[in-house]
Amino acid sequence: MIPVAFDYLAPSTVDEAVRALVDAGEDAKVLAGGQSLLPVLRMRLAAPSMVVDLSRVGELRGVREEGDELVIGAMTSHHDVLRDQLVRTHALLLAEATTTVADPQVRHRGTLGGALAHADPAGDLPAPVLALGGDVVLAGPTGRRTVPVERFFVDYFTTELAQDELLVEIRLPKRTGWGARYEKFSRVAQAWSTVAVAATVLVRDGRFVEAKVALTNMGAVPVRAYAVEEALVGGSADADAIHAAARHAAEGTNPTSDASADAEYRQHLARVLTARALTAAAAV
Amino acid sequence: MTAAVEAEVGRARRRKEDARLITGRTRWTDNLTLPGMLHLAILRSPVAHARIAAVDTSAAEAMPGVLAVLTGVDLAKEQGSMGCAWPVTPDMAAPQHPAMAVDTVRYAGEAVALVVAASAYQARDALDAIDVEYADLPVVLDVTRALAADSPLVHPEFGSNRCATWVFDSAEAGTGGETAPAIADAEVVLRRRFRQQRIIPAFMEPRSVLVDPTGDQVTMWSATQVPHILRMMLAATLGLPEHKLRVIAPDVGGGFGGKLQVTPEEVLVLLAARRLGRPVKYTETRSDSMLSCHHGRDQFQDLTLAARPDGTITALEVELLADLGAYLGLLTPGIPLLGAFMFNGIYRIPAYRFTCTSVFTNKMYTDAVRGAGRPEATFGIERMMDELAAELGLDPLEVRRRNWIGHEQFPFTTVAGLTYDSGNYEAATDRATELFDYQGLRREQARRREQDDPTLLGIGVSTYTEMCGIAPSKVLGSLSFGAGGWEHAAIRMLPTGKVEVVTGSSPHGQGHETAWSQIVADRLGVPFEDVEVLHGDTQISPRGMDTYGSRSLAVGGVAVLLAADRVLDKARPVAAHLLGCAAEDLDFAAGRFTARGTENGVSIQEVTGAVFAAHDLPDGFEPNLDAQATFDPENFSFPHGTHLCAVEVDTETGAVKIRSYVCVDDVGTVVNPLIVDGQVHGGVVHGIAQALFEEASYDELGNLTTGTFADYLLPTAADLPHLVTDRTVTPATSNPLGAKGVGESGTIAATPAVVNAVVDAVRHLGVTDIEMPCTPQRVWRAIGGGA
Repeated sequence: MIPVAFDYLAPSTVDEAVRALVDAGEDAKVLAGGQSLLPVLRMRLAAPSMVVDLSRVGELRGVREEGDELVIGAMTSHHDVLRDQLVRTHALLLAEATTTVADPQVRHRGTLGGALAHADPAGDLPAPVLALGGDVVLAGPTGRRTVPVERFFVDYFTTELAQDELLVEIRLPKRTGWGARYEKFSRVAQAWSTVAVAATVLVRDGRFVEAKVALTNMGAVPVRAYAVEEALVGGSADADAIHAAARHAAEGTNPTSDASADAEYRQHLARVLTARALTAAAAV
Repeated sequence: MTAAVEAEVGRARRRKEDARLITGRTRWTDNLTLPGMLHLAILRSPVAHARIAAVDTSAAEAMPGVLAVLTGVDLAKEQGSMGCAWPVTPDMAAPQHPAMAVDTVRYAGEAVALVVAASAYQARDALDAIDVEYADLPVVLDVTRALAADSPLVHPEFGSNRCATWVFDSAEAGTGGETAPAIADAEVVLRRRFRQQRIIPAFMEPRSVLVDPTGDQVTMWSATQVPHILRMMLAATLGLPEHKLRVIAPDVGGGFGGKLQVTPEEVLVLLAARRLGRPVKYTETRSDSMLSCHHGRDQFQDLTLAARPDGTITALEVELLADLGAYLGLLTPGIPLLGAFMFNGIYRIPAYRFTCTSVFTNKMYTDAVRGAGRPEATFGIERMMDELAAELGLDPLEVRRRNWIGHEQFPFTTVAGLTYDSGNYEAATDRATELFDYQGLRREQARRREQDDPTLLGIGVSTYTEMCGIAPSKVLGSLSFGAGGWEHAAIRMLPTGKVEVVTGSSPHGQGHETAWSQIVADRLGVPFEDVEVLHGDTQISPRGMDTYGSRSLAVGGVAVLLAADRVLDKARPVAAHLLGCAAEDLDFAAGRFTARGTENGVSIQEVTGAVFAAHDLPDGFEPNLDAQATFDPENFSFPHGTHLCAVEVDTETGAVKIRSYVCVDDVGTVVNPLIVDGQVHGGVVHGIAQALFEEASYDELGNLTTGTFADYLLPTAADLPHLVTDRTVTPATSNPLGAKGVGESGTIAATPAVVNAVVDAVRHLGVTDIEMPCTPQRVWRAIGGGA
């Protein structure tokens, strides 16, 4: 498992990193933990001429509050996200989903920004971030821009990021006191999701005040289950309402068929798992 | 008086080899570096069947660091044909099997060119510069259509894709009756087709080989299970004088049968090193390994079971269709035949017929993977026992009781012609049902069904036996196997009283060093720590038949025991001489010879020292206590046991979760309970993995679609239940240790236990089989999902 030879830079600031990407042109790849990139390099599925390693860019790590928002640096490791009390308090869904990512070794190396920028349709973090809403901040040679999460994921392994841009921050609205559940279905614990459902809800006086649901691996990009959300909001937080709403979970999805699951089975799973995720999130 | 010493045999010693194996600070083949060593990389065919129209190596040859680029044409004269040691029938189709394809590739992954370069990086880079033009040929992938008259042919010279047809008939063999009339007359006849999917051995250490040519001598280090067989086969197939070739298997990180092979890679590295006159190393990548280490299983089983209404079996017919892949490896055609002796299981079956048709396809060849033929057979019969129970409305344990061999009936000659020396199926089953709470789980199962619980409970039974401790040489000869089944050991008594044990059984993780030390420490009465076990180097241990078929303890361990006895026999007259008494008046215990009835004694270490000095020995005594022994077992060993599995099936998703797993195994005398437990755990997990997770798949073009661990699923601890293990002990009578094999038994037993449990959970919904692996989607579809 020997990659094609490449040049390597490990800048210590975002500006240096962006400059490195601009200088390297089309053939640069960003190393943001490497849990997906390194296997791809070793199997020669990618052959960048330059790898820009962000592991020394200290300003990209950590979690902080800014008013109503929770701001997570792109290079914050899964392990650090899991241990962070702010995340647990204001974005429980992200913490729940992160516990299901691979294994402890991967969670110590892999980063939230890396997982989002990789945009694997079977990856476990795009859907919860989509459900939580908010923005991602991209830094490029002309400065920074803010992109709503709904516009960030474009296609299989493709995002709004330009070749010379870095994902630097994930800004999530605080969803304090919301229930959450990431219901993951995979063949073995360390496998990618066959299908998974990210659900976070605000229940008051036995009714759904708000509900956000997104699906993993039900298409080229993570999918918001708007029909489920609409069916829930304002209604009773009970089993009947949840099961009625979950029947809409596969609407508008276009999942792939592979050796583990065909499209029809995936759509079935989406409905079953949505009901389970909502039941747990609403503590019904 | 000597204080009582705790017996070593039976003691749960931690393994002395573990520290270095677990930390990896040891001599794995890939850790070895020799002065001037070069690196070899292999270009593999991306297509399953094609004529090689042209190969252009010029660009690769011009790459930095590249010393040689060789194709099959370059090596055609010297590479010979890979050997198959098991010509199962006189008319078996045995195709030429080049180490590197010369004009045709027959499976995706077959070697088509190699590069030797100064670094592994340069060798790998140069592969991308080799230009091969393939002219596609039609592929044969579906074994059920491969014998059709219009099928494309893998080896056109035979006019068919059939390799061999092998038949065992109990009427012809004189071991039972004719099946046809028994089936025609039977009140109950069950027919089932089961699929044994293709699996990949997935050993932890990828294969690696290093060859050092020095003058006309060649030393090969290889991550192999079989250094002795490798040496012999290389000599036989390459015309290399055997005495000029030394093979070393240093520490080897697992094999599961996958390293019971003489590989094209070993031949190619040897030829390249010899050609360049320098050491050359090749270490495969995991992707290479998935493609080109031999695969296992892959057969269809058509079974017909005839019985009386009370469940008594009257006949069994087995028709196997075995997918051998594109070529014959070392034991390829014989593997499915090992099942011939196991389809009857632990049961008294009056009439039996077994037919195996083996077929070539454009896939990697199959060969031994843990259990090798016996897991397939055990799966077939144990699935059928559950089907028979369901058909008759009987409890699956009751059907087995009505047919199994009673403990008072041993030794018992089976309808397949084997003589089971010992066993106690009642005891193991009683203990297992007790640990499992069999009746309690049956009640819960009924309750869940009544309450329409979306989570159903299923209970699976597997009362297996297996033939292992391979093997009596005479029996192997009668099966046309190319070698005997003995094992060799030697013991060297060092002047300071320490002991070296040389074993022909070459371990790849089993713990031979610990177990052999325990045997010798007990027999000679020396400290465990004073025994060193040497293995895996044909220069240190010139005679051996290596490690596979759960043979190491029951054959190799016995050879060690016999050699230790011979050391004592030699020491006895010296001790008598030193003590001034007659040899007949000596007692030996805890490492000391004593003159009977006196306190006068001499230790084995003192005798060893006296022999080394040779100053004062009995007249004519040859000053040497070293001894050797070669043990050829009179029979196989037959471990058995009862495995009970409870699964929960989520009817909404089809997901299967193992709720509890109990196994009570009888492996005879246990030398080290920790090692035995480890083997049982690993074996059961391997068996569970085949039932639920593992499957090697090819697409319609013959590309392996499960070429990484992202697609070829192996369970981890997170996916597995706590295993409850226990033992009964019925010693083997066929060897002086009383030991039976244990390395494969868990794998053999577990797969049918799990599938039986899955089917049992949903049988009331009209399900009689679910193909392995029982994926959630398959289970969901079986119970009507999506219909």
